[in-house]
Amino acid sequence: MSRRGKFVVGGLVIVAAIAYLIWAGVSQSVVYFVTPSELLAAPVASKTYRLGGLVLPGSLKWEPKSLDLSFTLSDGKANVSVKHKGAPPDLFAEGRGAVVEGAWTREGYFKASLILAKHSEEYKAPHDGAEPGYKELIKSLRKESTR
Amino acid sequence: MIPELGYGATVAALALAVWGAVAAAGAARTGRTDLLRSGERAAVGVWVLITACIALMLYAFLTFDFSVRYVAFNTNRGTPFYYRITALWGALEGSIVLWSWLLSIYALIVVGQYRRRQPELYPWVLSVMLGVLAFFLLVMTVPAPPFERLSPIPPDGRGLNPLLEDSGMITHPVALYLGFTGFTVPFAFAVAALIVRRTGEEWITITRRWTIIAWYFLSLGLLIGGWWSYHVLGWGGYWAWDPVENAAFMPWLTATAFLHSVMIQERRHMLKLWNLGLIFLTFGLTLFGTFLTRSGIIGSVHSFTQGSIGVFFLAFLALVLLGSFSLLASRVDRLRAEGVLDSVVSRESMFLLNNLFLVAAAFTVFFGTVFPLLSEAVRGVKVSVGAPFFNLVNIPIFLALLFLMGVGPLIAWRRASAENLKRNFLKPVLAGVVVAAIMRGLGVGNALVLTAMALVVFVAGTISLDLFRAVRTRRRNGDGWAAATLGLLLRQNRRYGGFIVHLGILVIALGVAGSQAWSVQTEVTLQKGQTVDLGGYHVRFDGLEATEESNHAKVTGAFTLSNGRRGETVLLPGRKFYPQEQTPIAAVDYRLGFLEDVYLVLGDFSRDGSQATVKLQINRMVSWLWIGGLVLTLGAALAILPEARRPA
Repeated sequence: MSRRGKFVVGGLVIVAAIAYLIWAGVSQSVVYFVTPSELLAAPVASKTYRLGGLVLPGSLKWEPKSLDLSFTLSDGKANVSVKHKGAPPDLFAEGRGAVVEGAWTREGYFKASLILAKHSEEYKAPHDGAEPGYKELIKSLRKESTR
Repeated sequence: MIPELGYGATVAALALAVWGAVAAAGAARTGRTDLLRSGERAAVGVWVLITACIALMLYAFLTFDFSVRYVAFNTNRGTPFYYRITALWGALEGSIVLWSWLLSIYALIVVGQYRRRQPELYPWVLSVMLGVLAFFLLVMTVPAPPFERLSPIPPDGRGLNPLLEDSGMITHPVALYLGFTGFTVPFAFAVAALIVRRTGEEWITITRRWTIIAWYFLSLGLLIGGWWSYHVLGWGGYWAWDPVENAAFMPWLTATAFLHSVMIQERRHMLKLWNLGLIFLTFGLTLFGTFLTRSGIIGSVHSFTQGSIGVFFLAFLALVLLGSFSLLASRVDRLRAEGVLDSVVSRESMFLLNNLFLVAAAFTVFFGTVFPLLSEAVRGVKVSVGAPFFNLVNIPIFLALLFLMGVGPLIAWRRASAENLKRNFLKPVLAGVVVAAIMRGLGVGNALVLTAMALVVFVAGTISLDLFRAVRTRRRNGDGWAAATLGLLLRQNRRYGGFIVHLGILVIALGVAGSQAWSVQTEVTLQKGQTVDLGGYHVRFDGLEATEESNHAKVTGAFTLSNGRRGETVLLPGRKFYPQEQTPIAAVDYRLGFLEDVYLVLGDFSRDGSQATVKLQINRMVSWLWIGGLVLTLGAALAILPEARRPA
């Protein structure tokens, strides 16, 4: 084989190897993004999904002792109950959007390994009623620390 | 008043930039010096006007002028003084102003440096730089006007994004943008060299130099970005393969490829076409990165319609790539290689491989970043490929690059003899294998860490061997060890600057491998006085305290850290409550160490302060990233220094 031929073949082998790496990488790690109604239409247990929806007001339960977090994600048409181990992350709250990564279980809930809370981009003017009650919180903590 | 003045300055700067670009191109075609001087005056004028824009914006921020929409949306009366200055580039419109300003400074440096030294290339360079500047000024005029007026004027502003209230915000964007905009200079020289058909020696020297400068700043920006992610975002990581990070990483990879392949061109007059292609690609990727992160396309294809800025960037990107690559195609006959590849076992082919892998890494990052978009556009299915994809694909590529980093600089040009290979590589290879075997014996089971460790020792071995031999040669002139080493570094600063950069990369590689393999974490709810143990550390929860800052309230937890050996340390992680945000934001606390960091994030807590949920991480070897980064930037700085003499 000519010298040039060797280089061309060598280069092609490497390019093919990298192409295979990319293909394998995508097929192994691709995660489908679904809404609650899409998930419930055809739930496949123990397959990884990203599930996006609104945290249904009143559904959030947080047990600090056992680190059990549960809530319901909704897209208005369907509701999926989600369980997670760990404290609610920043930007996560009832009535806000959230995306969770995890898998559907045979027991009929979605087991989340990761919560990606969505940052709200809309501007909301701060007004007294909407403040997250932190003034009151500070008062109660102050009392505690001066005691 | 300020919105009108600012808008006026922007439009005037745009007009001047367009005129300057046209005048300089006219001067290049006709040789008329009066046109060229007019173009130069335009460049100065553009800089003055953009500086005025920045001054106006700063004034608006410092006086809380909420009639400027950008000010009202990125500050409020409680924003501390310091962050009212950095808020200038806290969002899209302002970051474009910063971009244009830095670019105008580069344009002035080019005028000062090359108006006499490069009479042939210079007019075209000036024209291209002002042309690019005109594009950014157009963006400032039409799709993202920073001085848009807000009416009615609100009594208070929305406030800065709390995550941006960090000291890293003054250095990170500036360094990153100095890198991004810096690539305009090599791009302009490449275009100019092609137009006047002078793709010889001096073009390469100038371009290489400016690429190192831009590369230096881009590296610095990436490193500070990693540090910001680590100490602000509270997830304990430094790199998430986020589209914003990828956008900066892609041009870094292609610029790195160029810095290596350019040596083949200098030495063997080969790869001319490829090198020009890399310059164009790097510049294109800086634009693509801005497009990706600023157009909102990444969230979903559908958000594309939200603003017209994406269309502007895409159109300009298409113009730049089509224009530069067709210029390249029209000059193909002048860019034939003068040398040939002699052997597969030679420095040339190692550098070719290095380029192949670097460009492949850039491509995989590109692919992973745009794959969700492609999937949604083509198949209508929303998917994501996250960190697992990037890690899986890039780890083998980066390990291969590490290996080449050891081989490339020392293997002989043209054709390496068995003697050359043995002399340079036998000992380092043995050292790598031995160290990996010892680590295995000590109980390190992670194959990836062992491979990385063996490669790092191998590369460090080759560098030390080379340095040792060179110093020993110089010692024959009668210098002491220190004098000989220093003399060598300064004399052949490019070569040894490069080696120091390589050493920095090695330290970073160890930090990445170690932190991925050995970090541990736990999450737990503690009662007051209770202790959690992890990795030999004990963390005791001592209580909560609330304070009120100028623009937010903060709840801080006190935790006592001990490990039985050193004394006790108090860690104070907190949560910050901003009135404009509906949920709190974590403020992490940590104790950094050479081998391990203790990293504490406060989660939920009870109102009476009696219990708190914390995430405790022992992050191992993360400090090596910052140390390696420092070494890398020092090496790059050494390589930028003017060369004393061409190395013999």
